[in-house]
Amino acid sequence: MVTLTIDGREVQAEEGATILEAAKESNIYIPSLCHNEGVIPYGACRLCLVEIMRNGRQRLVASCLYPVEEGLVVKTNSERVINNRKMIMELLLARCPDSEVIQGLAKQLGVEKTTFKVEEDNRKCILCALCARVCEEVVGVSAISLVNRGVDRQLATPFYEPSVVCIGCGSCAYVCPTGAIEMEDVGDTRVLSMPHVKMEFKLKKCKTCGNYWAPESQLDYIAKKWNLAPEVFDNCPNCRD
Amino acid sequence: MTSLGSPDELETLRKSIIKSRDPNKPCISICGGTGCLALGGASVINAFKRGIQEQGLNTKVDLRITGCPGFCESGPLVVIEPNNILYQRVTEEDVDQIISQTILKGRVVDKLLYLDSKIGKKITHENEIPFYTKQKRLLLANNSRIDPNNIEDYLALGGYAALGKVLSKMSPEAVIEEVKKSGLRGRGGGGFPTGIKWQSCREAEGDTKYIICNCDEGDPGAFMDRSLMEGNPHSVLEGMIIGAYAIGAHQGYIYVRNEYPLAVRNAQIAIKQAEEHGLLGENILGSGFDFNISISRGGGAFVCGESTALMASLEGKVGEPRAKYVHTVEKGLWDKPTGLNNVETWANVPLIINEGADWYAKIGTPKSKGTKIFSLTGKINNTGLVEVPMGMTLGEIIYDIGGGIPGGKKFKAVQTGGPSGGCIPESLLNLPVDFDELAKVGSMMGSGGMIVMDENTCMVDIAKYFITFLEGESCGKCVPCREGLKRMQQILTDISEGRGKNGDVELLERLSAAIIDSSLCALGSTAPNPVLSTIRYFRDEYEAHIKDKRCPAGVCKELITYRIIDEKCPGCGLCVKACPQEAITLVQKKKPVVLDQDKCIKCGACYDVCELGAIEVK
Repeated sequence: MVTLTIDGREVQAEEGATILEAAKESNIYIPSLCHNEGVIPYGACRLCLVEIMRNGRQRLVASCLYPVEEGLVVKTNSERVINNRKMIMELLLARCPDSEVIQGLAKQLGVEKTTFKVEEDNRKCILCALCARVCEEVVGVSAISLVNRGVDRQLATPFYEPSVVCIGCGSCAYVCPTGAIEMEDVGDTRVLSMPHVKMEFKLKKCKTCGNYWAPESQLDYIAKKWNLAPEVFDNCPNCRD
Repeated sequence: MTSLGSPDELETLRKSIIKSRDPNKPCISICGGTGCLALGGASVINAFKRGIQEQGLNTKVDLRITGCPGFCESGPLVVIEPNNILYQRVTEEDVDQIISQTILKGRVVDKLLYLDSKIGKKITHENEIPFYTKQKRLLLANNSRIDPNNIEDYLALGGYAALGKVLSKMSPEAVIEEVKKSGLRGRGGGGFPTGIKWQSCREAEGDTKYIICNCDEGDPGAFMDRSLMEGNPHSVLEGMIIGAYAIGAHQGYIYVRNEYPLAVRNAQIAIKQAEEHGLLGENILGSGFDFNISISRGGGAFVCGESTALMASLEGKVGEPRAKYVHTVEKGLWDKPTGLNNVETWANVPLIINEGADWYAKIGTPKSKGTKIFSLTGKINNTGLVEVPMGMTLGEIIYDIGGGIPGGKKFKAVQTGGPSGGCIPESLLNLPVDFDELAKVGSMMGSGGMIVMDENTCMVDIAKYFITFLEGESCGKCVPCREGLKRMQQILTDISEGRGKNGDVELLERLSAAIIDSSLCALGSTAPNPVLSTIRYFRDEYEAHIKDKRCPAGVCKELITYRIIDEKCPGCGLCVKACPQEAITLVQKKKPVVLDQDKCIKCGACYDVCELGAIEVK
């Protein structure tokens, strides 16, 4: 175990853990948007920046990536941290005027409005890539990815067309921190709405209760991956023995 | 060629190469670097080949196509050895005369000599030209003495002697100690001490280690690494092999941008020749040390010059940086310990081994040792590559070597360090150039770009230009760099187009502080430099744009007006012809012309053609 100090509190953490993980374990809140424990840390949103003291030098680091060290002194709410966080929130507010999550977080961090011009064509996506990372690292499908560089960067399927490999599992919608990806099951159809494409998936009907319960493409994918007989999915989880 | 089995065999080969060469035999040395080729160098080279053939001089004259010696302004450059007569701006038509006069009769062709306008005299020899005399060309001088595709030229000048010394007489630790003692710092921009980097990489856990040569030079107007790789690739290879030995790596990569086809080709040829000579591959010079080098061609993204983005790109992934909380010397390429240095850094290594760390450490300033190559561009008389000892002042580089500003214009600022460097004003021309001094004034060494600006440059426009470049090259991964640079670009555009508001300068400063502090990599954390430095030294220009809606340098189109000064205009009609909009009319012969402001698109064509100063821009 490693002992470090976060906001004046002595905290224990496993070796190799990040500052963010150590803080979470000790119920110390650090805001973040692009972090999810299911995928490899990425360090893109920069909201989890904290100030550390090392060799007599103070500097800002992304707490989702910085590994804990014995004796490390961390400040999560120094003036420098707060100023940077506020500017990042202002930039995100201008980028995502429609995201309630961003609006709420901005308010919570003391930012009421943005000085910058509000974006016209992007309303919710912050390009944190959580959706694409989950799709690649957890689902193993890589149906969506980030395309183009810099200010032209977008989340997209190949050629902005409905993906031929997407299984409709909805993991992307589940992890999206700002509500930029929406998922809705209507009757026998699942609709997945992304910033640049809308995809539809046929849902499987439970042989027993008749409810539509999961996309057929997702069930096929699971059956193939785990070498299961297709009949395994004839019934929904509620109607299985 | 049989492979060299020991350092002694290398020395024997070197002696036989030198012995076989007649020092008095005339040699026509022509620059085949990219700059001279762009100025028509290829046709000059072909004309010489033809001329030598036609005159039956094949055995009497040597012809050598070399890399760039640096004096690009006066290219295509031809040097006639052994007397080192320099002919400049040589064209195909001059070739017969050079052969018939200089080669056959030993006479100098006066019209092709360099004219020193300061003393009003022509200069015959390469080493007497002021552009060169004030330089200290430890790395670049050999460019004009070597055919980069002929390893024997490099060997004749003592090439690979440092490698022989290292493999036969020095332990890896001793090599690292020597590099540390020399004070060599990374030439790619960061200025990290090279020896310490090597030591950390050597001490890092793991059997497999890599070294990388970063030749992803992407700064607009910078071409020092390109010229070294094109002109003297073996010096880079020798440095890499020594570095690999010191670190304990057996595989190295040269990451070079594909837009540098000549650098790619010359590096490929050099690797092959080094392999054939037993200087690369298994059991180098019989020492038991194995090392190979492969070339990886970059797709041209500026961000791939950043070490972690470069490594991602080399691995075949999208070239995006990652946090370096675990250093690349511990976990770099494919998560293995990796020693990455820039082309110029590697090229310095053989020099340090040959001449000794003490000799090297005597050159430069207390904390920046050796020489640095700068590419001098912009509003300067002598555009080209200059190599100077660290600590030379900006003024000496710009006026004594660069020859000052063309057209009698006034110097305004110099931007050092590439697009994310800062603009340094006239009051700081006495600044000694080294890593720390440049940082103190809000700029940086970067990889060594130096862009000179004259009085006709608008500093708001310049800041906008560089931020637009960086915005386009930001990878887009982290929020402050992607979103922050976009907003910065919008604010600067507004200011330059007359929509600036009170408080914009303060907002730019606040935004800059956050981008510097919170960006993921050095692209973001240095990007605001051009904005902050222009605000720091030229705040009045920002104020003029914002408050008076005026561009003092007469550059920002939305804020300027062209006007005919009637008293000076004789109605010659030159501007009438030049105007693409038919906005100027000659109402009556020998009377001032009339400019229709509604039609004027402020392109400046009239201003450029009028030699009488009858058109003003305000």
